[in-house]
Amino acid sequence: MENLRLIVTPSPHVRDKDTTPNIMFAVLISLIPVAAASLYFFGFNALRLILLGGAAAVATEAIFQKVRGRQITISDGSALVTGVLLALSVPPTLPSWMIIVGSVVAIAIGKQVFGGLGHNIFNPALVGRAFLVASFAQPMTTWTGPFDTVTRATPLVVGAARSSLPDLFFGSVPGSLGETSVLAILLGGIYLFYKGIIDYRITLGVLGSAAVMSFLTGANPVFELFSGSLLFAAVFMATDMVTSPYTPKGRWIFGIGVGFLIMLIRTWGSLPEGVTYAILIMNAVTPLINRWTRPRIYGQGVHKS
Amino acid sequence: MIAKTFPRGGSEIPHRKEATEHKPIVTLAPPQFVVIPLRQHIGAPCKPLVAVGDYVKMGQKIGDTDQFVSAPVHASVSGTVTAIEERVLLNGSKCLAVVIENDGKDERHVYPTKPVDKMSAESIRQAVREAGIVGMGGAGFPTHIKLNPPKPVDTVIINGAECEPYLTCDHRLMVEQAEALVEGTKAIMKAVGAERGILGIEANKPDAIEAVRDMIGDAPSLSVTVLQVRYPQGAEKQLIKAAVNREVPSGKLPAEVGCVVSNVHTAISIYEALTKGIASYERVVTVSGGAVVDPRNVRVRIGTPLQALLDFCGGTLGEPAVIVGGGPMTGPPVASLEAPVVKNLSGILALTAEEVGFDENRPCIRCARCVNVCPMGLTPNMLGALSHHGRFSQAASIGLMDCIECGLCSFACPSKRALVTWIKEGKAGWQAERAAAQAAK
Repeated sequence: MENLRLIVTPSPHVRDKDTTPNIMFAVLISLIPVAAASLYFFGFNALRLILLGGAAAVATEAIFQKVRGRQITISDGSALVTGVLLALSVPPTLPSWMIIVGSVVAIAIGKQVFGGLGHNIFNPALVGRAFLVASFAQPMTTWTGPFDTVTRATPLVVGAARSSLPDLFFGSVPGSLGETSVLAILLGGIYLFYKGIIDYRITLGVLGSAAVMSFLTGANPVFELFSGSLLFAAVFMATDMVTSPYTPKGRWIFGIGVGFLIMLIRTWGSLPEGVTYAILIMNAVTPLINRWTRPRIYGQGVHKS
Repeated sequence: MIAKTFPRGGSEIPHRKEATEHKPIVTLAPPQFVVIPLRQHIGAPCKPLVAVGDYVKMGQKIGDTDQFVSAPVHASVSGTVTAIEERVLLNGSKCLAVVIENDGKDERHVYPTKPVDKMSAESIRQAVREAGIVGMGGAGFPTHIKLNPPKPVDTVIINGAECEPYLTCDHRLMVEQAEALVEGTKAIMKAVGAERGILGIEANKPDAIEAVRDMIGDAPSLSVTVLQVRYPQGAEKQLIKAAVNREVPSGKLPAEVGCVVSNVHTAISIYEALTKGIASYERVVTVSGGAVVDPRNVRVRIGTPLQALLDFCGGTLGEPAVIVGGGPMTGPPVASLEAPVVKNLSGILALTAEEVGFDENRPCIRCARCVNVCPMGLTPNMLGALSHHGRFSQAASIGLMDCIECGLCSFACPSKRALVTWIKEGKAGWQAERAAAQAAK
C-alpha cells in the first residue's frame, strides 16, 4: 500500500464508453443492408466495387500517413467508411481501376491534404464521386438494370410515370449500387438514428425541403424522394459528422439547404442528379452556419432586476 | 409527479452508487495525529492562533484571519500541537497546517448556543463563521458570506441532487439526519430572509425523499422537489432552473434571481453549529470505487490522513487507475494519500482502469455530442480548441467564462479529448491576459 503509484490525470475520471472507432464501426454495420441489397441486385459487380473501393481508401490513407511521417490511423475505420460509401454510390458497371482512382482521390484530396480525420471541409466520399463524374462522365452515368447487364436509364431519367413504387421501394431498379433500395437505406438509417450517430434534423431537413420543392415544382414528391441517390445521401452522406454543422439549428439549415439545392439542380440544372454537388456546396458553408447558429448560452440575454 | 429538470443539455451518466447508497454512515476513530490545513476554503488562508506545545480542545479555533473571504479552522481532536508546518494537500500542493497529537480524550470546546428562533440573521451568520463552515459539496466557499446575499432573496434551495456518480454521503445524511437538515434549512432561510425553502433531491434517492418529506410534515414554507436523474442536476444554475424556473444571468450570483443554494451537508453542519455549538471539525466522506475493498460512507475527523480512511475501508484491490478526491466528474486526482481530509472533501474514489474507460486521444470529428450535452448552451469543441491554442479572447467571445466545468463535454467525447481541461486552462489564461492588460494601463 505504501508504494501505491498515484496517477494524476485531470477530471472527469469517467468517460463514455463510445469511441470514434466505435462510431465508424457502427456506420459500417449500418451499411450492411444496402450492401446486401446491392449484392442481391447487382451480384459480383457489387462485391468487386465495394472491396476495391474500401481497400483502395484504406491503402491510400496508410500510404499518405506513412509518407508524411504521421501516425497511421487506419484502424479508426474512417477510411474504410469513405471507400465503402463511395463504392455504394457508383454504377455497378464502373471499371475496377476507376473506383480505385475514386477512392485515392477521396482520401488523398478529400481528406488527407486537409490534415486527415476531422479536418476536412468536404465529404471525402463525395469529393471522390465528384471527381469521377467530372472525369469519367459516361461510365459514371451508365446504369444497368438489376439482375442483368443491359444498359438502362434510371427512374430519375425515365420519369415517374414509368417506375413502379414497389420496385423503387425494394430497389429493383437501375441505379448506383447502394442507392436503389429504399427499404435497405431506411434500415441502415434507423440503426444509425438508434445509435445516436445521425441527427434526424439533417435527414428530415433534406427530405422535407426536397418534398416541398418537388410539390412546388409540380413533381411527385414520393417519386423524387425514392429515386436517384437522394435518400441514400440524406441518410449516409449529408449526415457525415465532420462536414456538417455541429449546432442543432445549423443542422436543420444544412439539411434544408441540401434538399433545396438537390431539387434546384434536378429541376433546372443540366444534370439528372444533383445530390453530390448539393452536399458539397452545403459542406462549404458549414463553418458559416456553425458561426451563425450557436446555441443561446444559459444566462445570456436574461434581464432580471 | 413528474421529476423536474433543467431544459438544455445534460446527460444520464452511470451513477454507480449501489456500493454505498444503502450503507449507514460509520464512524472512523480519530487517528493519532491530525493535520489541519490553515486553508480549507476559497479565500485567504488563516493564521495559526496556537503555538507548538499548546494544548487544544476538540472544536477549539486554531486558525483565523481578518480577511473578508475566509473561514476559521478548528482542532478536530483534543491534544497537543506538535508542529505548525507545510504539509501536502490532496492535489499535491502544500499548505501551512497545524499538526495535533491526539490525547484520545476528545475534550470538547463548546460554543455558546441560543435557540435559533431567538437569533438575529446577523448572529446566525456570526455563529456560522465562528464554526468555520464552508460549502461542503466541493466548492468550499465560506458559508457566512453566502448567508449575506447582496440582493433580496425569497427562496433557499437545498442541493440534495448529489448528481456525481459514486457519491452517497449527502444521500445517507438526508436519510439519517433529516431533522438536522430541515432545521438547518430553516436557519438558512432566517439568515437570508427567505420565505420558502425547497429541498431538491434526485429521483434515484426515494428513501431520502421520503425521510425529508416526513420530517417537513405540513410545514407550509418547506417543500421537496423531486429532480430528474440527470447530470449536472446539482450544478447551481441548473438546480435553480429546475426548482424555480429562474435563470441566473451570465456572470451573476443566484441572489440575482432571489435564490441562495446550499448543500445538504452544509445545512446539517449549520444546524449542529447553531444548536449544539459544534464547529466544523468532522464530515461524512463516501469511500467508493471498484478498487476499494469495502466501500462505505464514513464520518471522519478533519485532518485524518486519506490513507487511514482508505485502510478503514479495507484498502485497495490491486493498483487503482486513479484515486479521486470528490466526485469523478469534477473532483481532482489525489496526488498523495498522506494528505488530510478537509471540509469540502465529499468522496475518496479508487477507480479501476475499467471504470475510468481510458482510450487514446483522437481528432475531433465534430459529432457535436459535447454541444448537445453542454448544460450551458456552449460549444465546448470550439472553446476547447481555441483555449488549447491560446486564443483566449476569441474563446471568451463565445462564452468561455460561462462554462461551469461540469466535465460532461469531456465525458461525452468519443475522441476522448480533454475539452474541459483545456477550457479550464483557457479561463485561467484569459484571466491572466486581462490582468496583464490591466496592469499595463
